[in-house]
Amino acid sequence: MGMTKRVLLVAAIITLFAVASPIAAASTQAAQGNPAPRAQTTPTDQADAAQAAARWNSLQLAIFHGRAIRDGGGVVEMDAPLRALDAATVPVSLTFPGDRHIKSLWLIIDENPSPMAAHMTFGPKSDARSLKLRVRVDAYTNLHAVVETGEGALYSTSRFVKAAGGCSAPAGPDDAAALQDVGLMKLKLLGPFSAGQPLQAQLMIRHPNFNGMQMNQITRYYTPARFIRTIDATYEGGSVFHMDSDISLSTDPVITFGFVPQQKGQMRIVARDSSNATFDHSFDVPETGG
Amino acid sequence: MATAPRMTRREALTVALCTAGWATVRATAATAATAATAATAATPDSPAFREVASGIFVRRGLDEDVSPTNDNSIANIGFVVGREGVAVIDPGGSLRDGERLRQEIVRVTKHPIRFVVMTHGHPDHIFGAGAFRQDRPEFVGHSRLPLTLATRGEYYRERLDGVLGAGRAGVVLPPTRLIEHTGTLDLGGRTLELTAHPRGHSDCDLTVRDLQTATLFAGDLLFVGRVPSLDGSLRGWLNVLNSLKSVEASRAVPGHGPVGVNWPSGSADLERYLGVLATGTRAALAKGLDLEAAVRTVGQSERGRWKLFDAYHGHNVTQAFKELEWE
Repeated sequence: MGMTKRVLLVAAIITLFAVASPIAAASTQAAQGNPAPRAQTTPTDQADAAQAAARWNSLQLAIFHGRAIRDGGGVVEMDAPLRALDAATVPVSLTFPGDRHIKSLWLIIDENPSPMAAHMTFGPKSDARSLKLRVRVDAYTNLHAVVETGEGALYSTSRFVKAAGGCSAPAGPDDAAALQDVGLMKLKLLGPFSAGQPLQAQLMIRHPNFNGMQMNQITRYYTPARFIRTIDATYEGGSVFHMDSDISLSTDPVITFGFVPQQKGQMRIVARDSSNATFDHSFDVPETGG
Repeated sequence: MATAPRMTRREALTVALCTAGWATVRATAATAATAATAATAATPDSPAFREVASGIFVRRGLDEDVSPTNDNSIANIGFVVGREGVAVIDPGGSLRDGERLRQEIVRVTKHPIRFVVMTHGHPDHIFGAGAFRQDRPEFVGHSRLPLTLATRGEYYRERLDGVLGAGRAGVVLPPTRLIEHTGTLDLGGRTLELTAHPRGHSDCDLTVRDLQTATLFAGDLLFVGRVPSLDGSLRGWLNVLNSLKSVEASRAVPGHGPVGVNWPSGSADLERYLGVLATGTRAALAKGLDLEAAVRTVGQSERGRWKLFDAYHGHNVTQAFKELEWE
């Protein structure tokens, strides 16, 4: 083959790529799971919706034992990306408008293997007007946030999230190095301290929050489950929140919450994990310099 | 070797392409489109392999995501021919992709396939491995590759089967020879030098350097044109890239993008992207932005400079944010 033909061949290949690019864009959309625009509801949609409703009904029964759950409009609002950029790290933002006292919150990821991502009980030192968490999402799923008010009434809201593989695909490397600084914590105050005024804080905990893995017959690797079961936040001895959680929280959990410091003092965080390790750290409020 | 007389011209062409740059080639492509299409149509089974340096053949991956029609042939894959044996460097994105690569090797040389190198554990690079089991090669990978395959391999296979069709992904083959720091492969009169890197693009990046032609197979530590995908450590990747730049090589084969770029100048775009990602994420953290806001704002100056930007950039910002918020 002479030089000229070779140049032509190369040129042809490049031309093919150029031509292929609109197709590439289309298939990217397909691979990302973007739905084609639909003019009307299809039978598949109806079947999916019925299945999702049945799933939520059975979860409600299991968790709330048939208690009435009211529409959460004006009581609880939830924000989460419709399409998760990283299924292992889906940010969920909750706000509690209005002036009802919020006693506790359940965050439920309907289609996850372990749907109850978090159950928070807010203590007397909390400012339960907003909360942010990062969770794993294993499938196209509804997220439900249910709150219980001081009078014992339940209110819920939901969001649909498209993500896949958050639970079955480990978020990152899970080797020994990842466990080196397990339990390390940071607490960031997100505003200036003013005695008696509500203050937002972000808690970060280094933890693989790993759901474990069966023995792989080829590679012989086995990783035991290790995840955070409870977190207690107290301020000067009074409870800010108690949280029960499991593998649906992201690796290195990050929780943004509000509290009301009546005076300068210490925020104490105690986290316990599934291997019975306890991580106990105290932070000065306001943060001390350095 | 039988292909020797053809090599000189191919090599000359490669040099010409590198010197001229792709813009010129595209111009040629436009004027010669009709004849070129005819030339391709005459050999429908000939895969798009190019000899980027003497005895080094690379197939450019498509700038797409996996789809039911592309066999996940989206990564650059290739092979190196020595006097006695062949090394595959990344076996491909699916069993079919690997089979086509093997067909091309058999077409080009009679030498046995001694080694199948997996530059890391991502599906578009490893699932062709099953096509080479019949050759009984050594499967070579980073010492952390088995862990990656153990934790993610089956998940990757299920997802890939889901797109391509049941059984079409291929099998997960763990490496039979592990590289912890460095190693060499002897192809007979031709030595390949292997380097295992700390966490960067992924957790188990391995690069291969052909001493004879000073060609560096960078794997996914080098993306050109297609938006990088961060699955390891941003700071680590920048460090690894920095050390790779001083490697003695005149050209590099990226994991995605053109089959060959000048080295180290071919790393400039990637270095800029990763730098923007780091600087932008740190600035967002310093301003107290949360993850959602960072994803919306960081690195938007890079939009339009990369293919598939919208499909991966947000994920990259998320990874960068999770890493750098602990600084």
